[in-house]
Amino acid sequence: MIREFFKVLLVDLSAGRSTITDIEGRNTMAGGSGLAALLFEKYGIPDKPWNEPGQPLIFTIGPLTGYFPLMSKTVCAFKSPYHDQFAESHAGGRSALSMRFADYDAIVITGRAKTPSALIVGSRHIEIKDVHYLWGTDLYTAGKFLRRMLPGSGHRTILRIGPAGERQSPMACINADSYRHFGRLGAGAVMGSKNLKAVMIHGDSPFLLPEGKDYVTVFDKVYKDMTDTDMMSKYHNLGTPGNVRVMNDLKALPIRNLQATADPATEGITGERFAEVALLRNAACAGCPVGCIHIGFVRERFREENRYIYRQISYDHELIFAVGSMLGVMDCFEVLKLIDVAEKMGLDVMSPGVALAWATEALAKGIITEKETLVPLAFGNSASYLTALEHMAYGTNEFYQILSQGTAKAAEHYGGGDFACVLGQEMGGYATGEAFFVSQALGFRHSHLDSGGYSYDQKPKGKNIEDAVKFMIKDEKARVFLTSMVSCLFARGVYTDEVLGNCLKSVGYGTLADNMDKVAGEIQRLRWKLRVMTGYRPEDVPIPKRFTEITTWKGKIDEQFLTQLKEEYGRRIIGMATQDS
Amino acid sequence: MNILTTPRMERCIGCHSCSLACARLVHKRLSWDTAGIRIRSSGGLSTGFEARLCLACDPAPCVMACPTGAYSQRKGGGVVVRKKLCIRCGACAKACPVDAIYLDATGEPFVCIHCGRCVPYCPHDCLEHTEFSRGAATAGKEPAAAGEVEP
Repeated sequence: MIREFFKVLLVDLSAGRSTITDIEGRNTMAGGSGLAALLFEKYGIPDKPWNEPGQPLIFTIGPLTGYFPLMSKTVCAFKSPYHDQFAESHAGGRSALSMRFADYDAIVITGRAKTPSALIVGSRHIEIKDVHYLWGTDLYTAGKFLRRMLPGSGHRTILRIGPAGERQSPMACINADSYRHFGRLGAGAVMGSKNLKAVMIHGDSPFLLPEGKDYVTVFDKVYKDMTDTDMMSKYHNLGTPGNVRVMNDLKALPIRNLQATADPATEGITGERFAEVALLRNAACAGCPVGCIHIGFVRERFREENRYIYRQISYDHELIFAVGSMLGVMDCFEVLKLIDVAEKMGLDVMSPGVALAWATEALAKGIITEKETLVPLAFGNSASYLTALEHMAYGTNEFYQILSQGTAKAAEHYGGGDFACVLGQEMGGYATGEAFFVSQALGFRHSHLDSGGYSYDQKPKGKNIEDAVKFMIKDEKARVFLTSMVSCLFARGVYTDEVLGNCLKSVGYGTLADNMDKVAGEIQRLRWKLRVMTGYRPEDVPIPKRFTEITTWKGKIDEQFLTQLKEEYGRRIIGMATQDS
Repeated sequence: MNILTTPRMERCIGCHSCSLACARLVHKRLSWDTAGIRIRSSGGLSTGFEARLCLACDPAPCVMACPTGAYSQRKGGGVVVRKKLCIRCGACAKACPVDAIYLDATGEPFVCIHCGRCVPYCPHDCLEHTEFSRGAATAGKEPAAAGEVEP
């Protein structure tokens, strides 16, 4: 519903009570990322650890959620178990529209439930339900029971955790509606620490549209741009896996723990290969006609006579890189099996994939032994990785307990930090060069989506520190405004400032539309302020030696440029965090 | 008269664009409920989607159940709705054999009026607005191909 304030549901799991509060700030913090920061400032406890029961787990949507195509994402904010700092993670599925139609701009969950519980929310329903019998179940089993327990099929979201989240691993994700994830920085562990197996939101309330014809006209223009033009074709055709071949051709695909950046064997895991042999169908987040979700299948023969089971698994570039090229697994069906196990365990796929790549090299170098790894990790040996992923989720021995805290933690304990592919957190699938390495290492979410460092690397520009830093800060600001709306970042080509302004005006947010640049800057500043307040120091984030040893299509990495760029970007970030509003 | 059908629901990706279009254009609401066509997952996302919508019965059980004439028989199947006459008794929804009528929290019924305005918003051509004769082959119309496969 269009309103000048934020309607926030506050749930206290310890007390078993909820309340609804109105919070001012629509015209300064917009929603999404901005609202999440505002709420963390209000309810977060910066000097207490991430698993302190009073810490908030925050879900927010934005002013345009549901009103326009691809305004289909939810922002999740929390103090991260990965680095104990303020963090954000984003997901789609049906989460955003369910929140819109449940009529909350944000849900803030504090406390710790007495028994494993599920939070059930609708526009006329709030319940904290004891589900102790689901604790310990994998993500698929939990999903089956939860779906049966709740009304609203198709018009609800089910956010749930698996064994990794229950064990409070910093690599645990929150799964959203089977195929999407609040993947990185350990949101799943935060749910685990709150004894919260699932959050279910039923979007069961309609709203009247704004008066006048503007809204419908602007909607149709945006919808046409999203569906009729070529702008979105890369997302619905091969989807993000189209990047595998592109990166390999650029010598920028991380392979075998970044020992290589190109290999003809990657032809077995390109987006083209997946589409040809493993793509079963597509799916979409609610409110998105593009439908970028690519669902593949694996079938397994479980008896000698022809008895098979099959499973459907969503795949993306980042997942294919993490448990494919990075582990030397170059067969798309083997990759899907690995994704499947990580999903089942409720692990983020990227971090454990990169961590196991480090472990494989560490084992080969004799830094660790099979006594630690329990299975003979070796690049290309997908069977051993299948087992290792379960060990990561369950923390079977001390080694896996440490490794599932993060590769850097394991390297600190065992050695081998030089080849830990960690940039703030386990790296993304783009070894494009200095700007990407710096932007992921220092970026707010330690994600390639924080700012387009990977795209800057691909531009034929000189090595100009000022130019690169300006680009990254400006790009981050634009992205922060989009994630405050909350748009899918794949739509950034369509949602120009002008289009966003028209959208906001057409639904009655004229003041916000007139101040977009100022609001974006203010949100960017507040996010960094909170991040620094919770312990962020750019100088504490190393870029390990491995990143300087690679060769891309541009040649060797320029170490001096890398170091200077990192220093300057870090200095600017701290400048933003400490400037007055 | 044309009616709305869903001949290619296997292609549905669950974007809800059809429901949102119906609510926006016909009922002037932002909703995926107050719409003549509503998408559900059929037993979890892994088994695809199904559409809830009016099958254009003739005679229509909801018309027979309506005590005020708010619902009357539409030529070609389905109903003509006169909202002014509706007393929100919910008898229409109860009478519908395929759960096509949605009642909002106030008891107001929402049903497909077979106007076809949702059709252009489906990105995978799952929907059709066409003359429909039961028990006959589709009148030589190829499944929509435009834009579905890139050359």
